[in-house]
Amino acid sequence: MVEATALAIDIQNVSLWYGDFQALFEVDLQVKRGSITALIGPSGCGKSTLLRAVNRINERLGDYVRTTGEIHVLDQDILSDDVELSQLRRHVGMVFQRPNPLPLSIRDNVLFGHRIHRADEKFNKLEEDEIVENALRRVLLWDEVKDQLGREAIGLSLEEQQKLCIARLLPVKPTVILMDEPTSALDPKATAALEELIWELHGDYTILIVTHNMAQARRASEETAFMLLGRMVEHGVTEQIFLAPQEEETADYIEGRYG
Amino acid sequence: MTYSEGDVGVSGQSLMFAATPLNTRNRRIQWLFRALFGLMTLILVVPVGIIFGVLLVRGGPAISFEFLFSYPSDGMTAGGIWPALVGTMWLVAVSLIASVPVGVAAAIYLSEYAPDNWLTRGINLAIINLAGVPSIVHALFGVGAFVIFAGFGTSILAASLTLAVMTLPLIIVATRESLQAVPMAFREACWNMGATRWQTIRTVVLPNAISGILTGVILSVSRTAGETAPIMFTGAAFFFPFLPTSVFDQTMAMAMHLFVISTAVPGVPDELKYGTALTLITLVLLMNAASIWFRSYLRGKKKW
Repeated sequence: MVEATALAIDIQNVSLWYGDFQALFEVDLQVKRGSITALIGPSGCGKSTLLRAVNRINERLGDYVRTTGEIHVLDQDILSDDVELSQLRRHVGMVFQRPNPLPLSIRDNVLFGHRIHRADEKFNKLEEDEIVENALRRVLLWDEVKDQLGREAIGLSLEEQQKLCIARLLPVKPTVILMDEPTSALDPKATAALEELIWELHGDYTILIVTHNMAQARRASEETAFMLLGRMVEHGVTEQIFLAPQEEETADYIEGRYG
Repeated sequence: MTYSEGDVGVSGQSLMFAATPLNTRNRRIQWLFRALFGLMTLILVVPVGIIFGVLLVRGGPAISFEFLFSYPSDGMTAGGIWPALVGTMWLVAVSLIASVPVGVAAAIYLSEYAPDNWLTRGINLAIINLAGVPSIVHALFGVGAFVIFAGFGTSILAASLTLAVMTLPLIIVATRESLQAVPMAFREACWNMGATRWQTIRTVVLPNAISGILTGVILSVSRTAGETAPIMFTGAAFFFPFLPTSVFDQTMAMAMHLFVISTAVPGVPDELKYGTALTLITLVLLMNAASIWFRSYLRGKKKW
């Protein structure tokens, strides 16, 4: 048993229904603080659903979505009624398949989260400048965009957009960053750059990443969890999952026999 | 199909790329449909052209500074249209003040907050039905609700509210469409950073939907300016030789004035009628043109 405080995410016995359709069956998953964990599995296996349960964004669909079981983030029960979703999402950020910068300038994109969560209405330009620079430096984007912070973010390349989407999470100091196939819209070169960045960020942030790309899971994660038909089949150190899977289903998937 | 050695054109080239009878037939049919669709489009434009042309020729000479800015005189058989022009502006302004906040707010609720259930679907159906209600029915509703029940009497307020009810569906539908045209990805990005729905609407959704909303508003303006039935019993006067000073006054209005001098007053020179119609249609066209210009201006600023 790992020490409790060492866990960033602790998912226990979670089942989830979309109306009558059960998407997750008694899923368990422990994610160590500061680690990168890859979620793999064929389409429709529930990995994105599980990811979206961690910041409760599934609930935007209303009562139609029902979740049972327990999810703890940093030892806090996040499914409890007195959780403020706004605070939860501040601590658990998300990066999407397609980069989705807001139709604002690069600078305003980076500051968006910061401004939402800022208590007082006054803003301090120097403080904001510093926040923008730190966030953009952290995602290795500063040198490319430092002279055009007022430019529309939509004009950036997809790789730069996705880096910006990560950068805009950082000013509110998240603990966990959820990534839902963050490189599937990118070309191989941009994918490599993103993976490098993800590797660079882990340690400071706990990263849970859904991927369809076996090679990516293998290259860019420390632990891998394999899901099938809404169940957690196997979870372990990435090397071990790929070299010596315990379950036959895992081996079949990794070797490309289905999915 | 194969080509033998003999299939050689005059230029000595192979006939591989020459038209077959099937190609010729397809080309002819394609031309036919193109002509048909073009003709239909022309038919659509012709009435507009004729109406505007006739009005311009017959009403044009009547338009003068004098005509626009003076009161009707000699039992409305001479003089200008100033009180009607001012009255129409009052009606448009007051009805916008009533309909835009309600319509935009309702559309925001329906598009951004309302769950998809039978109640919401019922409301949507009601809005579509409201748009289909004949304007004379709106007029009678206005008499009952605003003139008599609310006690506004026949006044600008009662007439404007009746017009507002009539144009609400237009504003709601236009607003809802333009809200829904804002990509879902923007909302998801905001929600996932912990923004509330209202923060999302205020900072991202509304600024990107504003051009469509304004288009709806301006379309409703031109509809408001042109309607006669809803104001006939609720606030528009046959002849009211003063400018209104408050919303509880009666007023003349362009559309009503045109109706009156064309049907109820004997001996009005044609020139005056055409001039009035021309002024009304020009007013509406100017508003539409403004809406088109404004929309393309705002679209130009939009970047996705």
